[in-house]
Amino acid sequence: MSALPLEEAGRYVAAAYVAFMVLVVLYVVIIAAKVSRMERELDGLEKPAEESRR
Amino acid sequence: MVVYGKGLRALAAASTGAVAIALWLVFFYAPIDTDQGFVQKIFYLHVPMAIVALCGFIAASVMAIGHLRSRDPAWDVRAYVAIHLSIIFGVGVLVTGSIWARASWGHWWVWEEPTLVSFLIVFLLYCTYPPLRFSIEDTERQARYASVFAIAAGAFVPLNFLAVRLAEAYTHPRVLSATGGQMPGSMRLTFLVSLLAMALLFATLFKLELAAKNVARQLRRLRRSAERAAGREPAPAPAARDTPTRGAAVATTAAPPRGR
Repeated sequence: MSALPLEEAGRYVAAAYVAFMVLVVLYVVIIAAKVSRMERELDGLEKPAEESRR
Repeated sequence: MVVYGKGLRALAAASTGAVAIALWLVFFYAPIDTDQGFVQKIFYLHVPMAIVALCGFIAASVMAIGHLRSRDPAWDVRAYVAIHLSIIFGVGVLVTGSIWARASWGHWWVWEEPTLVSFLIVFLLYCTYPPLRFSIEDTERQARYASVFAIAAGAFVPLNFLAVRLAEAYTHPRVLSATGGQMPGSMRLTFLVSLLAMALLFATLFKLELAAKNVARQLRRLRRSAERAAGREPAPAPAARDTPTRGAAVATTAAPPRGR
């Protein structure tokens, strides 16, 4: 198969790189959401502990 | 005190820099391939990602051996994270490979192509790892079975790769070999930098997920000890009523008093 014209090939290349970026960003966002949820849980555990210490 | 995310910021900065350099080399330095044209730029993303994903699977089997030898659960967590990340990279490999196949051959998937099919087999094999793992409730047995799976599947990866290489007569021409293949110098440099960037990205995400997993484990431990403390003290902590978060609710109401 002969090489695609630059405009059409560019679309495929952009799709591949964008798909990769989306995958990485999605992964990082999911991990960040988990970490922030854990932070909230940690706050919930810390506050009663501090209160009982007082 | 154990610091789980130690060095994560430096690693993240290094991988961001490496990815930026790799992208610059791909689009502004590497020449356009005479045969495939601009579409060949997908090669610098697809192939390093595939190599890193396969190396991740093999690394997981080494970590699983570490777990079976030492019985240290930390090795099991590392193996799990390596496989999880490699599966995610595997999704990327299949997606970018399909796009490349569509642009080069006019089809999204070619079943006659051993490289594609063999990678799909490896990917599907590892997709059975999470359900296998989480179908076992006993944590020690879960870790042991998962380690055995990781070792067996890890041995399958190089065998599979070797089988494809031996069937080279039926596959598309190789641009990559141990000696550098038929790639010109500028393309080879771009490929190697892309490979380094992908490996650094994998290491960063590995460290990030590992840190999150370790913090989650610490949190579970803390929650259990809070539950035990709440069980000893009959009166609930007043602040728990003020903060209706999941952690506080679990800490004060989940465990019945055990009278210890």
